Amino acid sequence: MLKLPVSKMDELFSLINSERTLYMPLEKNSEICFDKWSSDASIRLDKLNTVKSPKDFFFPASENIAAFKTKGKEIIMDDIRSEIEPFALFGVRACDAESFNLLDLIFLNDKDFVDTFYESRRQNGIIITTACNEPEETCFCNVFNIDAANPGGDISTWIIDDTLYWNSLTKKGSGLTEKIKKMFEQADESEIADHQAKISGVINKLPFKDLSLDGFTGEALIEKFSSNQWEEICHTCLSCGTCTFICPTCHCYDIQDFDTGKEIHRIKCWDSCMYYDFTLMAHGNPRTSLLERFRQRYMHKLVYFPENNDGAYACVGCGRCVQKCPISMNIVKVAKALKYEGMK
Amino acid sequence: MQRVEGEIKQKAHELLKSGVVSSVLAWKKGDLVYDAAPAFFKSPNALEDMVYNGFCCSNLSKYLIEKDSENEKVLVFLKPCDTYSLNQLLSNHRVIKDKIYAVGIGCDGKIDIEKLRAKGVKGILEIEEDGESLKIQTLYGDETCVRRDILLEKCLNCKGKDHMVYDELIGSELSEETALGDKFSQVDELEKMSSDDRFEFWRCELSKCIRCNACRNVCPSCTCRKCVFDNPHSGVNAKVNVTDFEENMFHIIRAFHVAGRCSDCGECTRVCPQGIPLQLLNRKFIKDINNFYGDFQAGETVESRSPLFDYNFEDIEPNVISKGRGIN
Ligand code: SF4
Ligand code: SF4
Ligand code: SF4
Ligand code: SF4
Repeated sequence: MLKLPVSKMDELFSLINSERTLYMPLEKNSEICFDKWSSDASIRLDKLNTVKSPKDFFFPASENIAAFKTKGKEIIMDDIRSEIEPFALFGVRACDAESFNLLDLIFLNDKDFVDTFYESRRQNGIIITTACNEPEETCFCNVFNIDAANPGGDISTWIIDDTLYWNSLTKKGSGLTEKIKKMFEQADESEIADHQAKISGVINKLPFKDLSLDGFTGEALIEKFSSNQWEEICHTCLSCGTCTFICPTCHCYDIQDFDTGKEIHRIKCWDSCMYYDFTLMAHGNPRTSLLERFRQRYMHKLVYFPENNDGAYACVGCGRCVQKCPISMNIVKVAKALKYEGMK
Repeated sequence: MQRVEGEIKQKAHELLKSGVVSSVLAWKKGDLVYDAAPAFFKSPNALEDMVYNGFCCSNLSKYLIEKDSENEKVLVFLKPCDTYSLNQLLSNHRVIKDKIYAVGIGCDGKIDIEKLRAKGVKGILEIEEDGESLKIQTLYGDETCVRRDILLEKCLNCKGKDHMVYDELIGSELSEETALGDKFSQVDELEKMSSDDRFEFWRCELSKCIRCNACRNVCPSCTCRKCVFDNPHSGVNAKVNVTDFEENMFHIIRAFHVAGRCSDCGECTRVCPQGIPLQLLNRKFIKDINNFYGDFQAGETVESRSPLFDYNFEDIEPNVISKGRGIN
């Protein structure tokens, strides 16, 4: 473990930025989101969760995967793929860092169908996490065995009073550390123990810390799917895309052809199961009602995903949906409603 | 508003039990102090979870649309501002009055939890509404806050505490005035900018848009059965900004489409996860309509016709605008 006075962080950022483009939570146009660092940027490491998760660094909201034009009867394909520059994300929270591992299960795990766009971003990105000094009441990462006091990624950091602690976890992380090591002093893990205990103390007081997902398994598929709770909990859902678009683990996408007037762009873009045209096909839509679409989102996260991925839920407890749903519906309320019926 | 909560529960109980209505549209208690959700209650037992407090922000009138296709009558509780939306829906024939029983309820302004967070308050566990001050218990100690400082944008520009349409009133005498001043002052500021600065302002704001469509879907004036943006053949994408002008396009079209029907209920601004000041677009249209055709408030009465739907020979023709000049 290494350490550095917080007063030298700017110097550190500048050094990292000379190795690879550095992104972190910045405030711009009264919005806090991950953006390109510069020496005069307004850094907001105090903000726990950015509204948009940093998943779009690997899985962008919209991406051009091919372009083509026609010339007479000929179709000319352009390879529009550009090289991904090496980059680093600083200040990623434990929950968001874990979300990348879940996205890997989708885009990388099946060796016959690797998403090479995603893969090259993953290979070129280094994730530097920061422990959460002050978890919010909406956080429930602990439910998914994620430790906010001990975040993952390639490098984890802790900002404790005037000191930044730095610990590499992966080969990629050590590679970067090696290049900037001269800035740091050696530190001992025991120096952060009290701080970690303090964070765990807060986690223990979080309102959702005891949320139970017992019984959300593939075996319970039919029971959960046919629960009579769905109608009530989805009744006032607006069918908007807020919950899916801000969620770090939602990963459904659509592929559409877009006519720019000069050529056709084939774009891959985020999709939302809450939208009426989700999985719309020539014959129509397999899910025609709001209830079916709403149910899809939560069944996917709490039942189908764990069934297909060794029990891993497609949620990291970041609490974004708890904070931002316009009608205050969220995965916690859904899990509780469905659980309730299971116990009856 | 504690008293109002008790009385509206009682009213709901009475009308459900007697069979006058088959469901009640109100707010349901959540897990946190501020996350009351709009909900339909179908049995007297369910009413236990009903709440009415400073966090019951949502405008329930939109949920009444197309209730006429169901064979039931709904009891709905509406704050003063929500009744403008109901009137608007009634005059557009999107809600049938016979299918609803509207109870107007008192309101002393609703709280914007995001404004509280923006003040640096973290880990919010309890909020006690004590007149003009709020006592907040957090994971990191106690805080206090002046209620007025964290009211929703819509409440700071409240249209007044009278209900425009109702079958019955509960607690309206307890309402408290929350409006702070001129609702067009921010629009005036924008109008004073050069057109390039104003263009830049909107480019910055709208570039934050994630195309979640929450603003559209919550809007009681957006009631098309199928939105043009949901048409795959429209050439614009509903879920993503394919070009860097698409989100601008979406907002321009939406603002034009609700012009004259927007009652300034403030829901779009409230729900935008990115904090885009959408009210400014709508208020610019409202201001211009007032200037061109005389003061008009959408939803004030059911009979009133929006100046944009009406035509008379005195109407001005504000259609020739040279770039950079704008109309004031
Ligand atoms: S659950 Fe909330 S955020 Fe998600 S679609 Fe429904 S209203 Fe929108
Ligand atoms: S479902 Fe909600 S809490 Fe879970 S990861 Fe998505 S946004 Fe976060
Ligand atoms: S959910 Fe956990 S890891 Fe994520 S921000 Fe909250 S405390 Fe940190
Ligand atoms: S609610 Fe905000 S982010 Fe969502 S579509 Fe509307 S303006 Fe864009």
